[in-house]
Amino acid sequence: MSQAFIHLENVGVVYPNGHHALEGVTADLSPGTICGLVGVNGAGKSTLFKSIMGFITPTSGKVEITGLPVKQALKKNMVSYVPQTEEVDWNFPVLVEDVVMMGRYGYMNFLRRPSQADKKAVDEALQRVGMQDYRKRQIGELSGGQKKRVFVARALAQGGKIILLDEPFTGVDIKTEDSLIALFRILAEEGRLMLVSTHNLGSVPGFCDTVMMVNKTLLAYGPVETTFTQDNLAAAFGGMLRHHQLMGDELHDDPDARGVTVLTDDERPLVLYGEQGGQKIVRTKETAGEGIGRHD
Amino acid sequence: MMELIHEYLLEPLSYDFMQRALLISLLIGIVCSVFSCFLILKGWSLMGDAVSHAILPGLAAAYVIGLPLLVGAFAAGLFCALSTGYLKNNSRVREDAVMGIVFSAMFALGLVMMTRIESDVHLLHVLFGNVLGISSSDLWQAGSIAAICSAIMLLKRRDLALYCFDPAHAAVIGVPVKVYHFGLLVLLALTVVSALKAAGIILVIAMLIAPGAIGFMVTRSFDRMLMVAVSASVFSCLGGTILSFHLDAATAPLIVVIQAILFLLALVIGKRTSHSRKGEHGSGTAATAG
Repeated sequence: MSQAFIHLENVGVVYPNGHHALEGVTADLSPGTICGLVGVNGAGKSTLFKSIMGFITPTSGKVEITGLPVKQALKKNMVSYVPQTEEVDWNFPVLVEDVVMMGRYGYMNFLRRPSQADKKAVDEALQRVGMQDYRKRQIGELSGGQKKRVFVARALAQGGKIILLDEPFTGVDIKTEDSLIALFRILAEEGRLMLVSTHNLGSVPGFCDTVMMVNKTLLAYGPVETTFTQDNLAAAFGGMLRHHQLMGDELHDDPDARGVTVLTDDERPLVLYGEQGGQKIVRTKETAGEGIGRHD
Repeated sequence: MMELIHEYLLEPLSYDFMQRALLISLLIGIVCSVFSCFLILKGWSLMGDAVSHAILPGLAAAYVIGLPLLVGAFAAGLFCALSTGYLKNNSRVREDAVMGIVFSAMFALGLVMMTRIESDVHLLHVLFGNVLGISSSDLWQAGSIAAICSAIMLLKRRDLALYCFDPAHAAVIGVPVKVYHFGLLVLLALTVVSALKAAGIILVIAMLIAPGAIGFMVTRSFDRMLMVAVSASVFSCLGGTILSFHLDAATAPLIVVIQAILFLLALVIGKRTSHSRKGEHGSGTAATAG
């Protein structure tokens, strides 16, 4: 068995104001996979991210990255972070190439003067995500998908084996989402661990290998096929999801008992099909607005 | 032409007090403008306002105890910044409200102390500065603080800009984010202290905000923003000092007026050069000056 990239052992976080954000999270995340981190707002997704990023120190349990304590792993540039679109100040006076160069700061001396190797890494990373023609743009002058690619390029330039992505699909259209997913899949296949927090349920079966479902604690963790079930989703989201069910007698004229369940939080829906209790995920394909108008 | 230069630029230089005034305004012009870039990008304009007001009771207390005034001022400024952070984390009140209460209370306390204590510190000079009355020991103290702070900020500008732009990434690559946060607060207090004698605690707020705002509006990358901010600040500080000599007008206010004019100019240039940029960032920041 390969060594776990992220080892979470009974991780708990209590904030100074007494708020219990997370309790008893235990999981081993392996390289070469995309792991979805799913839960409602306030379920502890960002708290878990921050614990892995060394932003907060868990009040109980421990986090290890490739067998090292978080602080040491960070010093070795093992972890990269792609922030949520809303977190970034897009008016900030930085060019695309400046942002990607920030990925190399960890390799530079205290004055942060880039070497030839640093410049080369930036070129390659920009090439990789197809943003080399935009390197002199100020970051606010980009489209939603391009903005994401710049920060993914920064992660690549950093060379980290673990990439944390915070809600990468908010504010991007479906075509862009698909092309980002294709990029993430390639990056995972090259041996990285991609941990993606998302509330976009429908896209999870399409690109995640494993899924962590959190609500103050880790409700379930495992392969998408067996973990991303209706019961676990109900536990993770409570009454927060729209839930449409079409059972056998509504769907078929014959005694076929299989029914369709559609779960959505107004993003891409999750569709399950089969007999009650044994419904399986249907990998839906979404196309950009063909035939049907927007349904807000 | 030569006569004009001689009359307007060289004649003032023949006086000792003008040499000191120009040197100190150059030094604080640089330190304030460098800090103002981080202040604008971090959204800390109100913090600059708060720390500079909060210095007043420190000055009075230092005078009573017999400490150097700058030490008292620095301690009070830092106390304001830290107590604001502590109160924000441990109460339900939002940061801007906490800050407003802390600094205005400290300022008020300072005013009470200043009016009760017989001292050789003139309240008007503390509030609005006295560039032309700088002594050589003032120049030496304030000037070296300003020079050291400028050097630190310029050498560490990339890390400080990263900290302002994306503290999460800074943390992930092992930059000690809390040290940078604290360090910026210390630098703010030191910057205000260095500008105290020359600009005064009210007008330094404008000098801490305007240059960064000017640079922000007309540039697209950080190093350029820094260059524009420093140039605008040095121009207005030297220009204001020389002009005040000829007009016999108050120096620091004149500097601030020139900066305001440059700000308006940048507003027009910024609007014309960048259509895609939205101005939501710069607009809210200048309003707190005063």
